Amino acid sequence: MTPLERFLDTFFNAAVLAKYAPAILQGVWVTVELSVLIVLSGIALGGLLACVRAYRVRLLSFGIVIFADIFRALPPLVLILIVYFGLPNAGIFLSSFVVLYAILTLILAAFAEEILWAGITSVAKGQWEAARSTGLGFTQALLWVVLPQAVRLAIPPLTNRAIAITKMTALGTVIGVPDILNQATTAQSFSGNASPLMLAAVAYVLLFMPFVVLSRWLESRFAWRKV
Amino acid sequence: MEKFAEQFLNLEIMAAAWPTVVQGLWVTLLICLVVIPMGMAGGLLAALASLSPRRAVRWPMIAFVDFFRAIPPLVLLIFVYAGLPFAGLDISPFTAVAVAFFLNNSAYYGEIFRAGLLSVGTGQAEAARSTGLTAGQSLAHVVLPQAVRNVLPDLISNTVEVVKLTSLASVVSLGEMLHQADLARSVTYNASPIVLAAGIYLAILWPCVRLISRFERRMAT
Repeated sequence: MTPLERFLDTFFNAAVLAKYAPAILQGVWVTVELSVLIVLSGIALGGLLACVRAYRVRLLSFGIVIFADIFRALPPLVLILIVYFGLPNAGIFLSSFVVLYAILTLILAAFAEEILWAGITSVAKGQWEAARSTGLGFTQALLWVVLPQAVRLAIPPLTNRAIAITKMTALGTVIGVPDILNQATTAQSFSGNASPLMLAAVAYVLLFMPFVVLSRWLESRFAWRKV
Repeated sequence: MEKFAEQFLNLEIMAAAWPTVVQGLWVTLLICLVVIPMGMAGGLLAALASLSPRRAVRWPMIAFVDFFRAIPPLVLLIFVYAGLPFAGLDISPFTAVAVAFFLNNSAYYGEIFRAGLLSVGTGQAEAARSTGLTAGQSLAHVVLPQAVRNVLPDLISNTVEVVKLTSLASVVSLGEMLHQADLARSVTYNASPIVLAAGIYLAILWPCVRLISRFERRMAT
């Protein structure tokens, strides 16, 4: 075999690709399902926390800051391993899918809270005052006047963060979630061939590339025009 | 509740695991020392190339950056570590980590440097050139310092992400902190060693996270 043939046989072996493509496709659904769930619940929870923080109840705000700091500072894999291997011995049994979903949701919520809170604090004070002076209550002013402006500012960083965290669904492979990467590494060890890994890499790029391009567009769309 | 404390905050087990975990901490720091400067250098080159006036340079570089932003770091690492030996390239876990992180970090740092360079008005470079500085000098002494200052919060934030990502090296059995802690976990059947590692990560990264929040708020007002 020439080196080129050997390379093609190793990374683009048609027989191996055909055999394991269905398994990897199954993994794609698991990854997509997890990603959608994590993005929806993570951003919703983060938004809720940012709004609660706007009421400036000292004890609540303090708790939210501590939560956001811890989940932003700790590596996701550390949290996943603590929960997955620790809880069963304490008598709580969760599936690997639930553990991965819960941890990544909390991490995204922590980042989303910080991003949205930065957005809320950046809305000019006059906006609050004007809204209140028209007779809106505090909650109404927050939801109808301040939050929409905060969200506009938050969209580019939030998109980037959501992409980064949904990509981390690949960490599920460490605790046995049957996602794309898990299917591919299993297939690779059965077949003794690297083609499944190549297929997995292609699947991830096809899945995430549109969002990366979208985030690039959003950044230029929402960027502050420099003078 | 007691069962909880016993499982997660067992001081005896933590004390026994301490030397193993600290050993891993040094490896984690060593990885950081190698991959952060490499990623920043690669990122700066990627940023300069992606701002090149030549389309033949600019477009492939933007594609390179987007490709590595789309692929999960763990997938890249496993691909490098488990895939390349099939092609006859035998590499150590450390080399695999260095290569995968270089590709991933160059893309992320590249985007940040790019935003920084774009934030400096073109008048700055033109003024610098008109005083007789060469293109290289004007970049190094005039444009880059301003660019770095403008994106400093993002640079710190991404560096925190890189430190956190070094924990992925445990998957390819490189003996960094999480790997060592997990080893102790599997021997003791107790999660306390990983909680100990989490405590060390927090001690290192919490101040950085606070700093980032301060920056974000200052930028916002």
